Amino acid sequence: MRRFTAALFLLGLGVMIAAIYQHIDFGNTSVNAGQAINAVAAQETGAANFVTSVVLAYRGIDTLLELTILFTAAMIGGMVLGRRRADAPRDPDAGFILRTGADLLFPLLLVVGLYIILHGHLTPGGGFQGGVILASAFFLPLLARPGITLIDQRIVSLVEGLAGATFILIGLLAMFDGKEFLTPLLDKGELGALISAGSLPILYLAVGIKVGSELAGLLAHLAEAEALD
Amino acid sequence: MEVVVLVVVIVMLLSAVAVLLFKDFLAALAAMSVVSLGLSFLFVVARAPDVAMTEAAIGAGLSSLLFALALRRLGLWRSQ
Amino acid sequence: MDILDINTILYSAAFGLMLIGIGGIVISNHLMRIIFGIVLLEAGANLLLLLSTYHEGASAPIIVDGNVPAMMADPVPQALVLTAIVIGVGILALALSLAIRVQRAYGTLDMREVRLKLEQEISAAAGIDMPSSSEKPADIGEVPVNSVVQQESGS
Repeated sequence: MRRFTAALFLLGLGVMIAAIYQHIDFGNTSVNAGQAINAVAAQETGAANFVTSVVLAYRGIDTLLELTILFTAAMIGGMVLGRRRADAPRDPDAGFILRTGADLLFPLLLVVGLYIILHGHLTPGGGFQGGVILASAFFLPLLARPGITLIDQRIVSLVEGLAGATFILIGLLAMFDGKEFLTPLLDKGELGALISAGSLPILYLAVGIKVGSELAGLLAHLAEAEALD
Repeated sequence: MEVVVLVVVIVMLLSAVAVLLFKDFLAALAAMSVVSLGLSFLFVVARAPDVAMTEAAIGAGLSSLLFALALRRLGLWRSQ
Repeated sequence: MDILDINTILYSAAFGLMLIGIGGIVISNHLMRIIFGIVLLEAGANLLLLLSTYHEGASAPIIVDGNVPAMMADPVPQALVLTAIVIGVGILALALSLAIRVQRAYGTLDMREVRLKLEQEISAAAGIDMPSSSEKPADIGEVPVNSVVQQESGS
């Protein structure tokens, strides 16, 4: 009975979506903010990647709040999972291939992650993507050798807090200068050069380190939780 | 171009259905990764390389890792 | 409506993912499947948001070697979706930790059993009889009935 009503509900939803679908004017939206940003972003922020200038300059406070949400989720995840008992059984050690592969991949992943973060204002990529790669770089040794303490949770929290504070501090510096919160600072530089776009790369580096340490801490928490079987 | 996109969309939707139908949770997780990978291709087609990269790194990579760890902790980590 | 139109294909992918995700949430009983459904729904919603300003023939909003393309894709929905994906993984991690917690507290992830045990717990704490349900609990085995509660309410 429940399945039948659910199927009926889905059918109705499908019909409704199909009806809406008939009337969508593909690609001709009345929102013009994007075109306006495309026209002025290169002069205003100096970043070649316009998505970066939207994320960090035009919608900088949104990014700050997003980091807060991620921080809250990671913190509550750690709280909900709790500590493991000392006598809880550990996962068996990984095989030779995974251990060697983890050792080999660790420096490569670090370099790739930092590259993606630092080129966020020039090419696709940036703090979020690079931060995830950094997190997986620090998680890989934990996967290969369960039980080692490669990352101390206190150091992770400290790094994360410092990165978040840097982000807010740069935003406040703009206010001391008489501009709005999170206005891009410093010299714009030449469009397309690695050192350009003022304070945006520094902001993205802070975002990357914060996201990376948060996710690495979360993954370590999940890996530490006791297995049931 | 359209044919390639159509094939990717069909594979993606089929694996999305498979996620909900597979009895084995590991197989469902693999199908979930296929969905994320197809989605990341569609983001490239929609001219959003930033989003495609995020989806590939987070959707196909990190989410699968989170799911795999959770399945291990929940005792659902067995393949038939 | 041509089947080989790129707009039609992309929009049906977004709507299809959303429908499948909602279906998974509504029909499944297992908590992990519900989480899978949420992830699918979120993926579809992200694609739909990105497609809202998709225009065939536009190029990615990135300047390469100083060449400014004639028409660039809208960067605002792209930034929004970027944010949404990262928040999605936070929500996923939270949901998974809560699922682990449910497993520890009730020993099962089947929502019907969890709901039954919750009702029993609540009625035992309140000292009242179990509310009778019109729906018969199907094939989930013996249900331990709290005999003390029944005696108290029966007298």
